[in-house]
Amino acid sequence: MSLTTFLQQCLTGISLGGAYALIAIGYTMVYGILRLINFAHGDIFMMAGYFMIFAMASLPWYIAVPVTLITTTALGVGIERVAYKPLRSAPRMSVMISAIGVSYLLQNLATYLFTALPMGYPEIPVLKHVYKIGGLSASFVTFLTPVLTLVLVYLLITLIQHTKMGMAMRAVSKDYETASLMGIDINKTISLTFAIGSLLAAVGSILYFTDRMTVYPYSGSLPGMKCFVAAVFGGIGSIPGAVVGGFLIGLGETALVAAGYSTFSDAFTFVILIVVLLVRPTGLFGEKTTNKV
Amino acid sequence: MKTKVNMTPEKRRNTILSLLLIVAILGACAFLDANKYSYNYAISIIERSMIYAVVAVSMNLVNGFTGLFSLGQAGFMALGAYVTAILTIPVDQRASVYYISGIHPAIANLHAPILVALILGGLVAAAFAALIGIPVLRLKSDYLAIATLGFAEIIRALISAPQLDTITNGSYGLKSIPGFSSLFQVLALTVVCIGLMVLLINSSFGRMFKAVREDEIAAEAMGINLFKTKELSFVISSFFAGVSGGMLAMFMRSIDSKTFQVSLTYDILLIVVIGGIGSVTGSVLGAFLVTAGRELLRFFDEPLYIGSINIPLFRPGFRMVIFSILLMVVVLFYSRGLMGTNEFSWNGILGFFRGLGKKKVKKARGKV
Repeated sequence: MSLTTFLQQCLTGISLGGAYALIAIGYTMVYGILRLINFAHGDIFMMAGYFMIFAMASLPWYIAVPVTLITTTALGVGIERVAYKPLRSAPRMSVMISAIGVSYLLQNLATYLFTALPMGYPEIPVLKHVYKIGGLSASFVTFLTPVLTLVLVYLLITLIQHTKMGMAMRAVSKDYETASLMGIDINKTISLTFAIGSLLAAVGSILYFTDRMTVYPYSGSLPGMKCFVAAVFGGIGSIPGAVVGGFLIGLGETALVAAGYSTFSDAFTFVILIVVLLVRPTGLFGEKTTNKV
Repeated sequence: MKTKVNMTPEKRRNTILSLLLIVAILGACAFLDANKYSYNYAISIIERSMIYAVVAVSMNLVNGFTGLFSLGQAGFMALGAYVTAILTIPVDQRASVYYISGIHPAIANLHAPILVALILGGLVAAAFAALIGIPVLRLKSDYLAIATLGFAEIIRALISAPQLDTITNGSYGLKSIPGFSSLFQVLALTVVCIGLMVLLINSSFGRMFKAVREDEIAAEAMGINLFKTKELSFVISSFFAGVSGGMLAMFMRSIDSKTFQVSLTYDILLIVVIGGIGSVTGSVLGAFLVTAGRELLRFFDEPLYIGSINIPLFRPGFRMVIFSILLMVVVLFYSRGLMGTNEFSWNGILGFFRGLGKKKVKKARGKV
């Protein structure tokens, strides 16, 4: 493999990893606060893809993008209100089944509304512009993804560390009941967590699907699971962990595809999951050393 | 000499009712089996329901009775299905099944009778479960869910991997699997499988499972080895999932890795939740309701005309939306499902109808 090919693959991997990182943050934040694997998160990501398709059908891209972000955020918060809020005191298994139910519902709803056939993802000319550096060629989105990911993560960490709302989120994730005794509005905090998670998933969705070109009802389930693995890999509850995990999984997957083992690239993620759980269940950034959100 | 049978009238009534039910079921099966060709559709629904009942009870064994949230059912079914298929496809037809990449010499002439193949399929699934259980069962509930789900995906990826083409026929799948000769074959297998699991649940092992479900720490303090108990439940559940996978392969006659996607696990979870987590009869009832409902509600997917107006809601996919909404409604409002943790009993059924009667009487009186 020549150096150019290697760098090209690295670029692809980092770009994929950036999108994964943005989705993984949603998992890690929700898990940190509710101790719930939000199985529907991958499908929220998929729905964001469809929202973008329909928004772009009639609007210019600079309006379509905010519309997509807002509708996806509303969807995420709505799901929390309808499917998770009534089960706050229910056993954990019920909440998890509810999450699976939402995921099942979103997939079937998407199949019903938009048919199971893959739909073409609209092209945003700015993002698709191809740049050539030396022997490397990549579209703008490939460069944008990792940069945007890091900027968003920086903003998010600032929000969590230095604002009142962030402090409330940290408190709720540390101890749910005590936080509510201290006068923190638990429901508002949880809604905010879902809003941020869904917003980032929507950003990730735009970056991810611009590269993939098509959306179909199940296109969220596998990336969703991979991003959960990324969150576990980095240490669930830790935002920097989720980002590192996302990038590592993206790179590893691209490396396997480049080496010709594309059928195993999905299995690879789960092998990582099992190895991580065996060797270091707290992930790369264990819970004690980082702030849980 | 006379033997005195000591029975309260209630008990005698229940025994008679149970016998009547068994006779009715056997009679119905015999009738359907005798008129195979005119009731083809009904028979296929019933067979599929029975197979799903086995896997639903096996999932309930782990999720409902032991309190472990495992989502690996589809993977274990896939293992059982492929083992059964590889062992039962007639040897002379194998060349045409594996026409793309040829058959691995080790399995070319391997053949086993159906029953042996099913049991072997179950054993392979159980062996994998034992292996995966060692790391995974030490995890907390939610990690366990995602790890088993991931494991099922790994199995699926391995099955469709081109490197195993000569054994699993890769993405082309296996066909020409011999089917069941009669409805009674499926019925017998189902009854034996579910019967064994019921015996297990009612044994001291079953009580250990329930103790672990209720409170792990208390169970451990009572001298129960947590890991061994969980592993036992997981392995046995996977064995029966494997057997039911083999049955599904025989029912469908042809399988590929897409048959065993995560959505299959979700379908079974739907059955378990609707039937009631922790109730065997609930799972059986759920299997029949969900499978039959799915077939009978096919009209939701057909365009509907009232007069000449097309009702726009009705088109392909609407059925599944209704099913998923149903699942959400059950989870949110009737978290106990049909049966809760209760089992079917005549007293319960009669009491239920008496209760209904009383309510009706009350309502009627209220109206007057």
